[in-house]
Amino acid sequence: MSEPFALLLTLLVLLTAGWIVTVRERRAAVFGFIAYGLLLALVWIRLAAVDVALTEAAIGGGATGVLLLRVSARLGSIRGMSAPPGLATRWIAGVLCAGVSLALMALVLALPDPAPSLAAAAMEPIGRTGLGNPVTAVLLAYRALDTFLEIIVLLLALIGVWSLGADRFWGGEPAAWRTGPPSPALVFLARVLPPFGIVIAGYLFWIGADEPGGKFQASTILAAMWLLAMMAGLAPPPRTGARGLRAALVAGPLVFLAIGFAGLWWADGFLAYPDAFAKPLIILIEAALAVSIVAALALMVAGPAERLPRR
Amino acid sequence: MTPLVSAATLFGLCASGMVGIGLYGLIVLPDALRKLLAFNILGSGVFILFGVIGRRGAAAGLDGDPVPQAIVITGIVVAFSATALAATLLLKISDAENEPEDGGKDEP
Repeated sequence: MSEPFALLLTLLVLLTAGWIVTVRERRAAVFGFIAYGLLLALVWIRLAAVDVALTEAAIGGGATGVLLLRVSARLGSIRGMSAPPGLATRWIAGVLCAGVSLALMALVLALPDPAPSLAAAAMEPIGRTGLGNPVTAVLLAYRALDTFLEIIVLLLALIGVWSLGADRFWGGEPAAWRTGPPSPALVFLARVLPPFGIVIAGYLFWIGADEPGGKFQASTILAAMWLLAMMAGLAPPPRTGARGLRAALVAGPLVFLAIGFAGLWWADGFLAYPDAFAKPLIILIEAALAVSIVAALALMVAGPAERLPRR
Repeated sequence: MTPLVSAATLFGLCASGMVGIGLYGLIVLPDALRKLLAFNILGSGVFILFGVIGRRGAAAGLDGDPVPQAIVITGIVVAFSATALAATLLLKISDAENEPEDGGKDEP
């Protein structure tokens, strides 16, 4: 094991986290946070969780980064949520938080050995699903209900984001990046990158059945390509009231729900699949979910409608 | 030669530190966007702790327990949704506070 690498990574992560919390400028903290997301992806790789690493890099670093950059650029001076703390408060908070950290560290060092694990339980019935990647099997077979509720959370959050727009713009389009003509470099990138992005996303989607990858990672890349085209002014932002868009958003949950209920009589119960069709059904659900996730992620980053709907 | 602590344990200690740093930022920073960043640091510390427990659960020919990994993927996506909602809310607050005074709703 390359322990020096793990040690270096630990130091970098902690230093970056400390920098994000202590740096004076808001924008600098946002940049720090993007770097932090990418460092975390490296930590996940060292923890042998490549699926999580891909998700963290795409969503934690990428999507959150673009979102925060857009917000911090537009955010005016807002009243602080609390008064700037005095020296005493800082000290008390510091001691308290150090205590929390130390208690957690003690717990980490006292974890039982051998560790409890569901790995064997996850591998044993995997042949029945036709999948090779146990993480995908957990997400779409054993714990499909979690994944179903997760897409519901995504939609609820998007409805929340949309409701924060002004009433008169309801159904209109987000105006996130229309502040001036986009730079030529951005337009160039927005023309060159999407073909690669689409191929990589398709690969990640398909390989996710057997190797690290899957619909979330693929969808995030597709959403990023769409956002890039929007930022460069090559693709108009969608009207949030458009029927096609609304249909794309609910396609995933509806397909998931329909197959879930069908499981009541063609398999053992809600969200169960018959063995012979398990893999095609899972792929179908993933494809429908991917459509909804792309739309939901991109629109959440783009923000609520801020222009009148076109007639 | 066996190292003093394994990489998984080291990252567990790192995650504990991240939770503390995030919590400190959440308490001390007055700016709402910075609080949001700090909260995300706290959350990512919890995710990594979970990942460490998953890594320690390596068995059945796998390098880690797939169940925590799947749950963390779900967690990252949900954390992103919550962050997007909170950030949009902040923009709304900022627009309301900075709008010209003819709105008549200006409070000191």
